[in-house]
Amino acid sequence: MALVDRLGTALDTGQGGGIILTSVDALANWSRGKSLWAMPMGTACCAMELIAASFNKFDFDRHGTFPRPDPRHTDVMVVAGTITRKMAPAVKRLYEQMADPKWVIAMGNCAVSGGIFYYDTYSVVRGVDEFLPVDVYIAGCPPRPESLQDAVLRLRERIATESISPDRRREGVLTLPLSGDISFGVRPGGDTPDGGDDR
Amino acid sequence: MGLTVESRECIETPEGGVVEELVVNIGPSHPSTHGVCRVIAHLDGEIVTRAEPVIGYLHRGIEKMAENRTYLQVVPLTDRLDYVGSMYANWAYCRAVERLAGIRVPERAEYLRVVVCELQRIASHMMSIGSAAADSGAATMFIYAFDQRERIIELFEALCGARLTYNYVRPGGVSFDLPDGWTETALDFCRTHREALNEMDRLYFGNVITRGRLKGVGVLSADDAVAWGASGPVARGSGVNWDLRKHDTYSVYPRFDFDVPTGSNGDCYDRTRVRLYECYESCRIVEQALAQMEPGPIRTSGMPRLLAPRPGDAYDHIESARGSLGVYLVSDGSVRPYRMKVRSPAFCNLALLPMLAEGHMLSDLVVILGSLDPVFGEVDR
Repeated sequence: MALVDRLGTALDTGQGGGIILTSVDALANWSRGKSLWAMPMGTACCAMELIAASFNKFDFDRHGTFPRPDPRHTDVMVVAGTITRKMAPAVKRLYEQMADPKWVIAMGNCAVSGGIFYYDTYSVVRGVDEFLPVDVYIAGCPPRPESLQDAVLRLRERIATESISPDRRREGVLTLPLSGDISFGVRPGGDTPDGGDDR
Repeated sequence: MGLTVESRECIETPEGGVVEELVVNIGPSHPSTHGVCRVIAHLDGEIVTRAEPVIGYLHRGIEKMAENRTYLQVVPLTDRLDYVGSMYANWAYCRAVERLAGIRVPERAEYLRVVVCELQRIASHMMSIGSAAADSGAATMFIYAFDQRERIIELFEALCGARLTYNYVRPGGVSFDLPDGWTETALDFCRTHREALNEMDRLYFGNVITRGRLKGVGVLSADDAVAWGASGPVARGSGVNWDLRKHDTYSVYPRFDFDVPTGSNGDCYDRTRVRLYECYESCRIVEQALAQMEPGPIRTSGMPRLLAPRPGDAYDHIESARGSLGVYLVSDGSVRPYRMKVRSPAFCNLALLPMLAEGHMLSDLVVILGSLDPVFGEVDR
């Protein structure tokens, strides 16, 4: 009864069996987290690692994540690469075209903060979170494909805490630390320095 | 924002009839545009009457940023120019700096540069062939090619710790010497890579569908290639025998025995296949370079921490995977470049797209774009 265990439900055997009692949230989150199709918003260098993540060696498919360059079919937008002022409206429009529920992974320093292009340049948006609600940040220039897979696993953890009621969505922002042994989890929105909630 | 219909308007044909012209916007986020290229295609039915590439979606101002960095700090920026072949931009920039400041590079460093750049050429061509194949429907080929690329990335990671942005070639030398066992792994790669290339040649270029999709599509004549400033595999696919490694030779390339593969028809098939044959030649160069390499220093001794070349300018170019990649530097005597200009082969090759795509079907447009192999970090800079 692996399914029942994961859902955290009670199996009612008194009524003849075959009845699963669960909360709607648990069922929705269980089904949403399993097959996160990725919208590859690859603009620059990180796009190479995004491709590498879904190919031979790293094989993204085993996590149920499949790159599908169509906003209508996808659940999570992976912003991989520098977003320039010219590109930003297109990224925003693609995000708006995605169907709810949708999440955003900011892959690489450029998407997180502008990275190496933070200073001295006039054309780069300093982080995709200036116009999109980012759920998971991945540091690195570029991050390794494993980091991206880790980010998807973290995103699943985050999805498990969400609710289908609109006011409880986007409770916190999850960030990936640079080194491995920092413990972290889902933090409430007010705890993050940039507010987390209403961006 | 992938493929959207922008407008319909009626145009009169020379015969007096009226057809409806369809303006289709492709990109800037489209899997077949190899990055953030946007193409506005004017269609008559399914035939492209005009294709205008719109660039600038990845303009990060690297040339301007270089003016606020010291000469050594610019090297990481050049990594991000051509992110499929980072070593080239590193090298082209470092050659310009070395010419400007009169730095002599130790012989071993030159050999190391040749080795990494030839491996980088294979990696870049694998990416190019693979994605061009995926554009024409042969997704399997992409997997095969990427497998080869991944092995080179692993070699680079062992060498300098980075998978993509290496920052390996520095003014006056390179950052690290070969680690233990690297030479054997690289030679082993060259051996098995040839077998993989043979297999890919059969699988993809021998395929009847590939021939049907690529042959005779986007024909570029040798005269046009020269007139439009095309270089690299795009020019060589048209039969222009021009390779800076051979014809304006630099570094230790004169010591190697290698051929310059050229095509004859100038179509997408020849352009893509020239890349495959260049991988064989790159394997030959890597093997010769690793055999000829002598122990020695990998960096010039006595390099100042802060370079301040005498006022003047310098231009140097190398043969990158996309063609002749040049860097022009102007110094005003300070520790920062007064001006940096990158002559990007991808930009010049992309300029051919309107000419090549005209008269072909819309589905051939992405094949032609793939065969030009633009990298938008370098096009937009």
